[in-house]
Amino acid sequence: MPWEKKYASIQHKVNNMIRLRKLARAASVLTTPLAPEDILSLFNPVFSARQLRGVVTRVVAETADSATIFFRPGRGWKAHQAGQWARIGVELDGVRHWRSYSLSAPAGQDPAITVTDVGAVSGVLVRDTRPGDVLFLAPPQGDFVLPEHPRPLLMLTAGSGITPVMSMVRTLVPHRPDADVVLIHSARTPEDSIFREELSELADQFPNFKVTHWFTGERGRVDFSSAAVLDELCPDWRHRAAYACGPEGFLDDAEALWSAEAAAAAAEGSTGSEAGGSHQPEGPFAADPINLIIERFTTSLAAGAGHDGGLVTFEASDREVEADGGTPLLDVGEDAGVLMPSGCRMGICHSCLIPLRAGHVRDLRTGEVHGEPGQLIQTCVSAAAGPVNLDI
Amino acid sequence: MAIVTNHEAETTEDAVVPSSRDDAALKADGAAAAAAGAQAAKTRRGALATSGSPLVRPPAAAHLSDEQVAELGRELDAIKDDILAKRGASDAAYIRRMIKIQRALEISGRATLLVSRNKGAWFAGTTLLSLAKILENMEIGHNVLHGQWDWMRDPDIHSTTWEWDFVTPARAWQHTHNDLHHRWTNVVGKDNDVGYNLLRMDPQQEWKPFNLGNPLYNAILAPVFEWGIAIYDLELQDFKDGNKSKEALVKDLKALGVKALKQFTKDYAATPAVAMLTGSGKQALYGTLTANAVRNVWAHAVIFCGHFPEGTDTFTEEMVEGETRGDWYVRQMIGSANISGSKLMHLMTGNLSHQIEHHLFPDIPSNRYAEVAPKVQEICKRYGLPYTTGPMWKQVGSTWAKVFKLALPGGGKA
Repeated sequence: MPWEKKYASIQHKVNNMIRLRKLARAASVLTTPLAPEDILSLFNPVFSARQLRGVVTRVVAETADSATIFFRPGRGWKAHQAGQWARIGVELDGVRHWRSYSLSAPAGQDPAITVTDVGAVSGVLVRDTRPGDVLFLAPPQGDFVLPEHPRPLLMLTAGSGITPVMSMVRTLVPHRPDADVVLIHSARTPEDSIFREELSELADQFPNFKVTHWFTGERGRVDFSSAAVLDELCPDWRHRAAYACGPEGFLDDAEALWSAEAAAAAAEGSTGSEAGGSHQPEGPFAADPINLIIERFTTSLAAGAGHDGGLVTFEASDREVEADGGTPLLDVGEDAGVLMPSGCRMGICHSCLIPLRAGHVRDLRTGEVHGEPGQLIQTCVSAAAGPVNLDI
Repeated sequence: MAIVTNHEAETTEDAVVPSSRDDAALKADGAAAAAAGAQAAKTRRGALATSGSPLVRPPAAAHLSDEQVAELGRELDAIKDDILAKRGASDAAYIRRMIKIQRALEISGRATLLVSRNKGAWFAGTTLLSLAKILENMEIGHNVLHGQWDWMRDPDIHSTTWEWDFVTPARAWQHTHNDLHHRWTNVVGKDNDVGYNLLRMDPQQEWKPFNLGNPLYNAILAPVFEWGIAIYDLELQDFKDGNKSKEALVKDLKALGVKALKQFTKDYAATPAVAMLTGSGKQALYGTLTANAVRNVWAHAVIFCGHFPEGTDTFTEEMVEGETRGDWYVRQMIGSANISGSKLMHLMTGNLSHQIEHHLFPDIPSNRYAEVAPKVQEICKRYGLPYTTGPMWKQVGSTWAKVFKLALPGGGKA
């Protein structure tokens, strides 16, 4: 559309203009106490002085309950490495919620997240996201990335655990003839299997990529209790750098298998040397102990039940105190000698707000238990509900 | 053997407390947990008692029993809970719409002033900029700084990040206003908003010859109101009395200096300088001066209507000694006054025309006060408490009458 083109070119010009920081600073003389971005955001929602944002450009349904959301990030985003994740902020009934999602697009291309509907936030993302919507963003991060030097790889994924690995496969397989990737992906049924067709096509097209689709509805869970399944699907698995991403049980089982193999290899190695043998033990473990890289999705702290208190950690002040479930965090901090901001002490003035790093708090007025990392807590009317980490 | 990279999951939202664990805890603790909860609520410093009574109940509420006051408190709590339950996407859309309108007014006003050599442009630009400043200070700034929109968790519209188009730095104002004024509303000796350390606004305040100038000071204060508030927020009296450290004062002075310089530069240097390109420099300066004065006079009038009109009560320190939650609510209601009028009127006062409701619930979204008002008025009627309200001209007249009357010694209620 010509209009779109024109709009894009205007945006391009505006972008260039903003890159001239000096000009922006000069403009702020006229916009103070606002930043020039606050005014520009009237015309383009990507602009914000405080908050990285992106505009959704495309939404592609993957399975019945998953979708890939492509977005164009604003200034401040850094290009992602294959396998990394980003925190995405979404508004639910006016309230900002943050979740972490793996990026499924290959490195070097516009970012996209693939989301499976497993709860309130992901549900809204999958069902209600439309091109033009604004997403709130934090730059990509994570160490679940490809090795620096080329080596044979084994990918083990289950369910939505395919997402970061998909980014790796898309980055590596079509562009690197020297790549050697085996993927074992487990999903309940073919219909539930995200990226199934694209993976099969890649495997057909590129001899350096092999994929096994494992459907638990037909074959049950992948059995990691012994090496039998892996020996069958990927006989040289011990010689590959392995990456695993999926639900907790899946990862625990894989980790246990790798540990057992490593212990066995180490034992073999030591008996070998005791016997005076000079040859290196077989398998990659002795040479390279880091062989299984896991991406684990866990909540950092669980909410306490009933009127439990919990261990309160004041991170910047480096203090830890056991608190009961009825004492406001403000009092807990003051008693522990932390310099706490305070005001009315009755929950009306918002002078005592402190960012929550992790954990949950109970509102002493309503009894409601809530808490999201980064949320600002009214410490004068909030008590610990389980372990709490505060950014002070 | 393994590198484990932890990050919070897409599935965090599913990490609800398992009900079995909840049940177990409840069974284990049983009544003890409930008792501990109740005890903890009582020991919370600053928390108000749910039962009992203050040493002296204010005269306007003297006819109420302890139980009636407690019941009134519960009714008002229920009104607040109802609003908190309803608060959502439509409220978020409201404040964002207001911010957009305000910014559009601001840039169009300032842009028009750039060509204000033309008389029509001068009037249009000055009007737009005055409206922008009023909207920014009243409906947006004041309310955002109260934390009314903190629930959205939007860092761009948050009490901890917002700075307003007003000389006094937001943080300084939040301390004297949100904390001191709202907690101690109209308690003479605790709430310095009773006269702002400048005017004699209550008969309980000892008369001094200085107070003869009451009307003069108030007339001078109105057009420079933002500077009056800025000085007030420095808490010079507290410093003199030794209740504020020198370091704290120096810090506040520095913050004010930086803020004032920025505000001054924007309105009285940068805008006229750009306007000089069209030969409108002087006119633009008059425009920004006028807009600031218009905003100051308006803010002064609205704010004086909040607690000074005839019918609002002030309180002694005995009346807050042992004050219960219900008594706190009573004090907010009988110490505040509303302004009646149209929707536009409410908007331009930043919904401070619903001062009574605002003082009951300082941190509910301002767009909800109109909905709460009839319920509060009904409660006042049922409990036989005054609910002071009236049109702007009448309330302004009433505050000026008080300013004149209390310039002279005495001035007890007729």
